[in-house]
This record gives sequence, C-alpha cells and structure tokens, in this order.
Amino acid sequence: MGIIKAKDVIYEYMRRDEEGNVEGITRAVDKVSLDINQGDFIAILGHNGSGKSTLAKHMNAILYPTEGTVWVDGKDTREEEELWNIRQSAGMVFQNPDNQIIGQVVEEDVGFGPENMGVPTKEIWERVEESLKAVGMYKFRKHSPNKLSGGQKQRVSIAGVLAMHPKCIILDEPTAMLDPNGRKEVIRAIRALNDVEKITVILITHYMEEIIYADKVYVMDDGKIAMQGTPREIFSQVEKLKSLRLDVPQVTLLAYELKKRGVDLPDGILTTEELVGALKQNRKG
Amino acid sequence: MLRDITLGQYYPEESVIHKMDPRVKLGGTVLYIISLFFMKNILGYMIAALFLGLVIKLSKVPFKFMVKGMKTILMLLMITVVFNLFLTQGTPIVTFFGKISITWEGLELAVFMAIRLSFLIIGSSVMTLTTTPNNLTDGMEKMLGFLKVFKVPVHEVAMMMSIALRFIPILLEETDKIMKAQIARGADFESGNLIQRAKAMVPLLVPLFISAFRRANDLAMAMEARCYRGGEGRTKMKPLIYQKNDYLAYAALVLYLIISIGIGRLTLF
Ligand SMILES: Nc1ncnc2c1ncn2[C@@H]1O[C@H](COP(=O)(O)OP(=O)(O)OP(=O)(O)O)[C@@H](O)[C@H]1O
Ligand SMILES: [Mg+2]
Repeated sequence: MGIIKAKDVIYEYMRRDEEGNVEGITRAVDKVSLDINQGDFIAILGHNGSGKSTLAKHMNAILYPTEGTVWVDGKDTREEEELWNIRQSAGMVFQNPDNQIIGQVVEEDVGFGPENMGVPTKEIWERVEESLKAVGMYKFRKHSPNKLSGGQKQRVSIAGVLAMHPKCIILDEPTAMLDPNGRKEVIRAIRALNDVEKITVILITHYMEEIIYADKVYVMDDGKIAMQGTPREIFSQVEKLKSLRLDVPQVTLLAYELKKRGVDLPDGILTTEELVGALKQNRKG
Repeated sequence: MLRDITLGQYYPEESVIHKMDPRVKLGGTVLYIISLFFMKNILGYMIAALFLGLVIKLSKVPFKFMVKGMKTILMLLMITVVFNLFLTQGTPIVTFFGKISITWEGLELAVFMAIRLSFLIIGSSVMTLTTTPNNLTDGMEKMLGFLKVFKVPVHEVAMMMSIALRFIPILLEETDKIMKAQIARGADFESGNLIQRAKAMVPLLVPLFISAFRRANDLAMAMEARCYRGGEGRTKMKPLIYQKNDYLAYAALVLYLIISIGIGRLTLF
C-alpha cells in the first residue's frame, strides 16, 4: 500500500435551506480509487467544480468520506486517535497565501506547525532554518509576510508545512493567484522538495504546463477520475482533454495539429524544445 | 488613508527594545500610562517626555512612525481638549457671550490632557512597533496565565488577538480596494451629511464581512491542517525567559516611576 490510498471514496455535500432542512445533495467526489506511492510527484487536473479540492481535503482528514475509505500512511483517516499523526504526515498548502500564514514574522509562521506538535524549542529552530533554506526563503526569515510577493508567501507556506517533516505534501492550486514569475518560483521549490527531499507531492492545478514534471497525472471530471497516466499519455489525447474543458498547452496543440495534417511527429509533445528537436529530426530524415 | 494606522503594526529592527521580554514592555507601558495620570506639574511631564524619548531612541524606530498613529486619534484629542478648555470651572481668562469662558484651570487641564493622550498613544505605539503581535500575546498569555485557574481561556484569547492583529493590515488593504472599486462605479463616500455618509458605507461593509468570514474559514482550516489543537501540549519557538537586560529594564522603570511621580506630584505654583 502506498502513502495515500483511497478506495471507492464518495463525498456528498448537503445543501440546506434557511431552516436547516436538507434541500439537495451535491456529490463532489464519486467513487474515486487511487493509490499513491511514496516519493512520487502526482498531479491532479480538472476544471472548476470537478471535485479536486474536496478530494484533497480527504488526504489529511479535513473531510471524511461519506462512503469508502482513505488511508494515509496506512492509517484510516476516520480513526480519531490517529488524526494528528495523519495531519503531520500529510501536510497541506492552500490556494490563498494570505489566508494560511498565521505568524506576523516569516520564521514564526514556519515554526507554528512544530510548536503545535510539541517539538522542543531547539529543534523547532533547526527545522525552521532547514525548511526556509529548502524553499530559498531563509534570508527573509525576519520579514513580515505582508510585505512579500505572492510567490514568496506561497514558498513560506510550503516551508511551514515542510517544518512538520511530512511524508507527503498536498498543494491545492498553490499557483492560482500568482503571476507567471511567482508560479515558476513556486513550481521550482515544489520540484526541489520532490527531487532532493524525496517528499511525495500531490499538486492540484489548472495549469497544464505545471504537470509535465509529474510521474503520474489524474484528470477529474464531475467527481470521477476521467483519465490517468503519465503526462505524455495524457497529452496525447488532445480531443479528450478538450472535451473535459481543459486547455492543452500551445506546443502540444501545435504538434497535434501538425501531426493531423501529416507531419511525422511523436504523440504528446510537452515542450517547445522537444517539438523543435522532432522537427529537425524530420528534415534530416 | 486607511494605511496610516500604525497602532498594532510591527517595525522590524534589531534593537535593545526589540529584544526585550514582552512582559517588561507590557508592564512598562501600563505603568508608564498610570504614571502620566499621577502627575500634576509640567516638570513631571518633562521627565516623562525624556524617558519616552530615550526609549524611542533605543528602539531605532523612526519617530515619524510613532506620530503617524497620532493622526488617527487627532479628532478625539481635539474634542477632549476643547471640552476641558471650555467646561472647567475656575478663574476666567476670556469670556464669550457672557456665559462660556476659558479658565486658567481649564487651560491647564486641557494642556495636560493633550500631553497625556499623546504620550499614551506614542507610548503604546512604541510597544506595538517593537514587539511582534505573537510575542506580545505570548507575554500577555504568560502574565495572565494565573487566570486559567478561574477557567478563563487565556490561550484562546491570546491566539485570537494575535490573529486579529495579523489580519488588520490585510483587511484595511481590502477595504481600500473595495472602496476604490465602489468609487469607480460612482459611489460617493465623501459628500453629504453624516447619515448619508454612513449609508454609503453599507455597500462597503457587506463585501468586507463576506470576505472576512471566508478568510476566517480558510484560516481555521489551515491552522487545523498544521495540527493546531489549542494550547495543550504546545511548545514555544521563542519561550519567554528573562535576560539580564530585562532585569535592568525593570530597574530603570522603577527608577523612572519614583523620580517622575515624586517630582510630578510636587506643588510648584
Ligand atoms: N462547502 C460546500 N458546500 C456545498 N457544496 C460544495 C462545497 N464545496 C464544494 N461544493 C461543491 O462540490 C463540487 C466540487 O467542488 P470542489 O471545490 O471540490 O471543486 P474543485 O475541483 O476544487 O474546483 P476549483 O477548481 O474551482 O477549485 C462543486 O460542485 C461545488 O459546488
Ligand atoms: Mg478547488
């Protein structure tokens, strides 16, 4: 069993009217099963309202499945006495950096998680230092979070989770509110965690270009897993992605159109360099 | 305009005052404020000014930051001064319409009140500018910890305060943003009488409240995701331990209190 495993998970939100009577039910996650291996970089894609956030909140016991079971590090998330162990092994970074930074100074915010876990003072400082260094924010440790850019704030949030020494980090659209530069710097930090620290990463995103580094991609639609595979496998199915209302990156789209018109290219081209390489190869051959 | 409120904002700097234990600063601020209300003559206030000036100098925070906080209470200050000036009984200096008069006693009281309030605001700004809210609430939590025996949720209140302080600048910025958006759509916050202006604020408050609740919800989730479960079993990254400097500061404080109140209570005139 992997670090996170879900079996036939269903989650339903109750909509209530003013008196509190149940008015209707939204099934946000519908019979999802997955198994994530330790050390993997996983991406979850899907259009608005497809159930990504709801699924993510199951992975550190913020929500519990209506039906089915979720295991984190081998523990059933419904076991109450394991709650804090689960939240420690699976850290979570949210979309809006302003709403998840608790401290008034960067280092105090990063120390918040370890403080809650009862880590001794000396070790908290060590953890804060190493986490801030891992995301390249060490020189900002004495700054006020309010004065940082969006990308920097999000890196602080990541450091805050990292300081809890999790086995796995779930990031729910961490780049959605950032400009292109901020996006790049956050993605770089996330990749470093996965490559260097060997932490399992689950990245939820709208941006297709962020998933090309993933080991495995899940595409969600209407609460279900509609597609899964390596980025290349996913990107080679351009028509299907379009039908799931996802934007295919321009290079992939260009390669796809060229191929349709008879140019000999491999499936699922992900980067500009790759396309240029393949086209050069064609001219020689 | 809303960003001018400095009260509750931290000014990062490496100074003796910044490094001081928050309990010293809290106790010091409270005692300083009390001392201001014990003085009866100008000499006492000069000593108080000197003491405040010395602390500001040591804190390395630019003086203009302290004064910025004053702007917001200027109105309150003026009202107090005017009331004291006109409504105190005593020997009149000038009389208007044969009824309302400015008296010597009123003048003295007004001047002292203005000095007290200004020193009070500047004194508390020194504390908030040199102490991170977390540190400050830590100090309060520890100083008031004995109240836990009486089932007062000291930790929870301290946590609430530190979060409120962190969100003040964010919410102010947001208010500014919503205000500009409404102005762009023709809203008018400046003209009209008080009631009209208050009415114009309603479309400002509704989105502000909605966003504040959404933020609160998000923040609660983020805190739980980071294993927050109240004060029980929590360790501190920066535990409060008195250092040599803190004892020295206490000594300086006592010295100040003795001198300022001793001299401040002499009758000079
Ligand atoms: N608190 C809630 N109460 C009721 N319904 C909800 C709640 N949160 C989400 N939903 C519904 O559940 C479904 C899935 O929402 P979810 O937030 O998981 O989607 P998402 O894929 O994260 O979308 P986005 O890309 O916008 O973040 C949506 O139809 C949404 O309306
Ligand atoms: Mg979402």
